[in-house]
Amino acid sequence: MIPPHGGKLIDTTFPEEKRDRMLAEAKELPRIVVNEDLAKDIENIGYGIFSPLDGFLCGEDYESVVHHKRLRNDLPWTIPIVLNVSREELKGTKDGDIIALADSHGTVTSLLEIKEIYGFDKHQHALQIFGTVDSAHPGVAGTFNMKELLVGGKVSLIQPSSDEFQRFRLKPAETRVLFNEKGWRTVVGFQTRNVPHIGHEYVQKTALTFVDGLFVNPVIGKKKPGDFKDEVILEAYATLLRNYYLKDRSVMAILRTEMRYAGPREAIFHAIVRKNFGCTHFVVGRDHAGVGKYYPPYAAQEIFDEFPDLGIVPLFFTAFFYCNKCESVVNEKICPHDQSNRIDFSGTLLRGRLNAGEAPPKELIRPEVAEVLLKWKDPFIE
Amino acid sequence: MKGIDMPAEKTRTVEIPESLFERIGALISGTRFRSVSEYVVYMLREQIAKEEIQKTPAYSKDEEEKIKDRLRALGYI
Repeated sequence: MIPPHGGKLIDTTFPEEKRDRMLAEAKELPRIVVNEDLAKDIENIGYGIFSPLDGFLCGEDYESVVHHKRLRNDLPWTIPIVLNVSREELKGTKDGDIIALADSHGTVTSLLEIKEIYGFDKHQHALQIFGTVDSAHPGVAGTFNMKELLVGGKVSLIQPSSDEFQRFRLKPAETRVLFNEKGWRTVVGFQTRNVPHIGHEYVQKTALTFVDGLFVNPVIGKKKPGDFKDEVILEAYATLLRNYYLKDRSVMAILRTEMRYAGPREAIFHAIVRKNFGCTHFVVGRDHAGVGKYYPPYAAQEIFDEFPDLGIVPLFFTAFFYCNKCESVVNEKICPHDQSNRIDFSGTLLRGRLNAGEAPPKELIRPEVAEVLLKWKDPFIE
Repeated sequence: MKGIDMPAEKTRTVEIPESLFERIGALISGTRFRSVSEYVVYMLREQIAKEEIQKTPAYSKDEEEKIKDRLRALGYI
C-alpha cells in the first residue's frame, strides 16, 4: 500500500466518546465562523486527506508553499491551506490560545490551537498560486477579497459540518482498507467535477487497463456557474458505474473541497490528495483544474517534472474526441483522420442539448446517463 | 516566473568530488537542468522519496474491522 504523503496518515479527530465534552468546553471559547468550503477542508485535515497537514499553515510553511511549492521540510505541497481572518474577528486572541471554529449555521466543528497570526501579500499569493493577477480569474478575485490576516495552528476535528452524500463519503483509512480488501496493489485515481461522458469513460478504462483498480473521486464543493450540481454528477456516475464497469474494479467516493482553478499547482495538490486515499497513479488530462485560457493546455502535466519525489505516478492523457472514421473515442496520438471526422466532447453542446430537453448523441454520452441528466429540471449551478 | 523576485530558498553546502561535479556538468549540458545543483537536488529528492516509507500501520485490527463494517453497510464490499 502506498504510504500517505509525508509517511503518516494524519488523524486529528477527537474520539467519539470525547465529543460531547469537547462541544461543552467549546461553548466557553472564543469562536470564529468559517464558510462551507473551509469547514470541508477542516474535515479534510482531520481525516488525513490533506496529510501531512495537521492544521492551517503557519507563516514559514505558507511562504514556502507560495514561493517554492514545498513545505519548509521540503515535502511537495502546492496549495496553501489557510485560515483567513480579520483583526476584528480575532478580538484579542493571540498565539497559544485555543479557539472554536464553527460553520455558517453556528455549529462548532473543531478547535484550533493558534500557533501564529501573520500577514500576507495578496498580490504575490494570487500571482504565485494562479499565475495571474487578472481579477476575472475566480481564484484571483477570491484572493483580493480575502481579509488581512492568516492564522496557523493545529486543528482538531470534533464533528463534520454536514451529513451530505454520506453514501459516498470515505476517509483515507477507509479507502485504504477497501483497496486492500479488493486485492488492489495499484489504483488509479480519477478527479472530476463533471458528469461522465464517453471520453471520460475511455480515459478511465484505458488507465484501468494498466492497474488493478479505479477510484473515481468527484470533487464536491464550490464550483462556478454553469458547472453541474453535485447531486447530478453523483447520480450520473453511479449510473455509469453500475451499467458499464466491473464492480470488482471500480469504486467511487467523493472529495469534499472547493475547486481553486489553479491549473498546474492544483494538479499536484489533487495528486497528493489521491495518494493519501491510497492511489498509486493519478490521471492528468488536458488543462487539469484550469479555467478559461489562463494555463497552457498541458502545463498541468509539465509541472510534474518538478516533483520527482511526489510519490504517485501521473498518467498523462492528451485531448480526446470521437472519430466517425475510427468509430471510437480516440486521441490526437492515435487517430490519423482529419478534423471533419471529429465530434468533440463539448460542454457547450451537452448543455445545449440538455437545456433543449434532448438526449446528447450516444457517441458522447451513454443513454442511461443521458436519461439521468434529462430528468433534472435544473442540473446546472446558476 | 520571469522578472519576479522570489524569496530565496535557504540552502546548505554539500561537497562532492570535482570529477563527479564535472561529470554531471557534461551530462546535463543541453537539458532542462540549469546547474549541477539543480540536477543534484532533483536526483536526491527522487531517491529520498523511495526511502521514506511508512513503517507502522495506520490502524489496528479492531479499527480495520470497524472500517470493514462501514464499507459493508455502504455496499462497497
